[in-house]
Amino acid sequence: MIKIVKRKYCSKRQIFIINILAIFLALIFSSVIIALTANNPLNVYISMIDGAFGNVFRSKETIINSIPLLITALGISIAFKMKFWNIGAEGQYIMGAFLGSYFALNFSSLNKLILLPLMLVAGIISGGIWAFIPAYFKAKFKTNETIFTLLMNYVAIKWITFLQYGPWKDPNANGFPKIARFSPNAVLPKISGIHIGLIFALILVVLVYYYINHTKQGYEISVIGESENTAIYAGMKVDKIILRTIFISGAICGLAGIIQASAVNRTLAVSIASGVGYTAIIIAWLSQLNAFIALLVAVLFSAMVQGGAYIQMLYNIPSSAASILQGTILFFVLGSQFFVNYTIKRN
Amino acid sequence: MSDKVIVSFKNIEKHFGSVIANKNISFDLEKNQIYALLGENGAGKSTLMNMLSGIYKPDKGEIELHGESRKFNSPKDAINAGIGMIHQHFKLVENLSALENIILGQEKKIFVNKKKIKQKVEELCDKFDLKLDLDKKVSMLSISEKQTIEIIKVLYRGANLLVLDEPTAVLTPQETNNLFKIMKNMKEKGCTLIIITHKLHEIMNVSDKVIIMRKGELITTVETSKTNEKELTDIMVGETLDLKIERPLVQRGDKILEVKKLRVIDEDKVAKLKDISFDIYEGEVLGVAGLAGSGQKELCEAINGIQKVQSGEIIYEHENILGKNPREIIERGISMSFIPEDRLGMGLVPSMSMVDNIILKDYYKQKTFFLNRKEGEERSYKIIKELNVKTPGIKHPVKELSGGNIQKILLGRELEINPHLIVTAYPTRGLDIASSHLIYDLINERKKSGTGILYIGEDLDVLLELADRIIVMCDGEITGMVEANKTDKEELGFLMAGLNMEEIQLKRGAKID
Repeated sequence: MIKIVKRKYCSKRQIFIINILAIFLALIFSSVIIALTANNPLNVYISMIDGAFGNVFRSKETIINSIPLLITALGISIAFKMKFWNIGAEGQYIMGAFLGSYFALNFSSLNKLILLPLMLVAGIISGGIWAFIPAYFKAKFKTNETIFTLLMNYVAIKWITFLQYGPWKDPNANGFPKIARFSPNAVLPKISGIHIGLIFALILVVLVYYYINHTKQGYEISVIGESENTAIYAGMKVDKIILRTIFISGAICGLAGIIQASAVNRTLAVSIASGVGYTAIIIAWLSQLNAFIALLVAVLFSAMVQGGAYIQMLYNIPSSAASILQGTILFFVLGSQFFVNYTIKRN
Repeated sequence: MSDKVIVSFKNIEKHFGSVIANKNISFDLEKNQIYALLGENGAGKSTLMNMLSGIYKPDKGEIELHGESRKFNSPKDAINAGIGMIHQHFKLVENLSALENIILGQEKKIFVNKKKIKQKVEELCDKFDLKLDLDKKVSMLSISEKQTIEIIKVLYRGANLLVLDEPTAVLTPQETNNLFKIMKNMKEKGCTLIIITHKLHEIMNVSDKVIIMRKGELITTVETSKTNEKELTDIMVGETLDLKIERPLVQRGDKILEVKKLRVIDEDKVAKLKDISFDIYEGEVLGVAGLAGSGQKELCEAINGIQKVQSGEIIYEHENILGKNPREIIERGISMSFIPEDRLGMGLVPSMSMVDNIILKDYYKQKTFFLNRKEGEERSYKIIKELNVKTPGIKHPVKELSGGNIQKILLGRELEINPHLIVTAYPTRGLDIASSHLIYDLINERKKSGTGILYIGEDLDVLLELADRIIVMCDGEITGMVEANKTDKEELGFLMAGLNMEEIQLKRGAKID
């Protein structure tokens, strides 16, 4: 007889081993699917790693692509720590890019040292406000934040579409519906091929970690996340804390958006986010809301996308193979959480 | 083996991880007996009964039914074998009628002949002399009626061995007596009953034999008629204990809290407190008796600024604190430790460490942006030492500690701030006798230093011994205010059921005649 027994305690080492085993099993499972496309799974995996880290250029691409994922995941972590299910990172990211781009496009003659900070602050504030709206309704009227933040994403996307096809359409684009490119003044500088968004991201990792674990505000977030009743009982002003926390969460996502628009796209387009806000949810969750682990997971996810694109060219298999791999890993890792809480024993 | 024996436990053992919950337990249950299962919390009573009713499986040993070894894989197996358990928390569908709840999951056909089934259930009720309106919705029934449904439910499924887990915790003394009458009647009709309870006088009243457990082991089985409460406690605890609760005489000081015409209406527009008024003095323990859900929770929360209040006044040291937020009230020296049914619902953050829980109410006084846990660590060690808290470490999540230790942490924090008024609800719920007495001592110590204490309790014996005055609540009203040394359980029981003083005097007068 096999029976399921609840674990009393699971050490950090055991949790680590369980997660690594889950990823390993996911790779084995995915190799069956790859084998169905008549390829050797091992070769495909090696090629994926090669595609993501095979040379300096590829490694840099992988890192650049991980930056928006990481920053957005950090923003989401803060909201999730409070059990506020912010599914609206995508929208907050887009709105951050939007207001930042407004300054980039209209004040392009300003000095770089004034324009760039102005753009970043604009991105932070508009991302924060976009998150603040559902938080306000949640605090005042107990609306469901999951649906609210999700629907706000579509509003944001359609707003950019409207700008792109309407008022902000570049007259010099020969009729193409696109927004003008930023002037060089409005582009974030690079350090050895990687834009300085990376530095922002690394600083944020440390800041977010300390904010959640070692500040009074972080403590309040954790208490509310665990038990709102206890927070009220302890005299915390729950509404105020919710608004403050979600503003910060959205602000970080907005920062990610304007960094991407300025440093990588050099313009604003509807496609700016294309799912970053959703992938970041997965990253935040897999990293168990730990900022340092989020750094690793973000690079891993970025590597899978890069590697996926590479094997598409090399083996002529669809890049969705990489998406399947991502999905499988997620499925296995989340499923393995069962073994963190339970263990199987034989009678 | 005599055929009187219906169930025998043979060397039963059960482990949870490294904890031994039951160790080498062997005993027989005979027909037509009422057994009381006595033991402190964590003695392994529930584990043992859960194995009997198929919820757990023993690691070692066997359960024999009429001399035949049986393995129960689920509660269904157990009920098919005639063993039914009545849990402390009822498992009823509120929107269905009593009858529908009884037959739920029993009739396998798509269409059921309600008339025929009703007749069958009614026959069952008549046989055991149970009174119940079968067509009433469960949500309309009282707690003791709901309990009756639970009993009929297991009888309808053919049980002749019934396990009742702390059935009297939610009943008034009168309802308890009624339940005992039903139990004795069932015994006459051929059932065997096991009752789990902490209340010694109930054991003396209803049981034939007492099975006493301590630390996972079965210590002894004694005949109720040949023992007394004192002896039972000594065996249960394993040492001689002074059972008496002190009531130190303290000169009553100034009035510190006055509640005037307090009215609370909840979200469903139901009045939870109906214009209640009372006061508390320095150096006084004011007990609150009443069935669960009579408005105690709302009263606690209103005093502490958590509950919205419709009208009335709460005057604390000449100042109306109504409408002040919880933090302002904490700063005035009012502490609250409300132990809800799930223990961790309010007051503590379950997944956080002891340190993070200790600093919960005053972390905001720190001047820096960063959180300093050093001082909280020192206070944690102090509480561990003073209240003898058993924990693997101050960084360990509190939810993994036992109920008693969790409560000690909560009370330790609340008492540590030297409050002027303590509001405490069910502080000894689920605690063993030694820990309970530690808490009574702590309360008395505060009383002697001039603190006013509002003590919401459930055990009337404790209230009668500990409190100076007792107010009795029923359905959001105060039905009586009595001096603790001039009343008795019967009077409190009538008040809890909503009778007023005149009606009680009539009732008691009639009895004397």
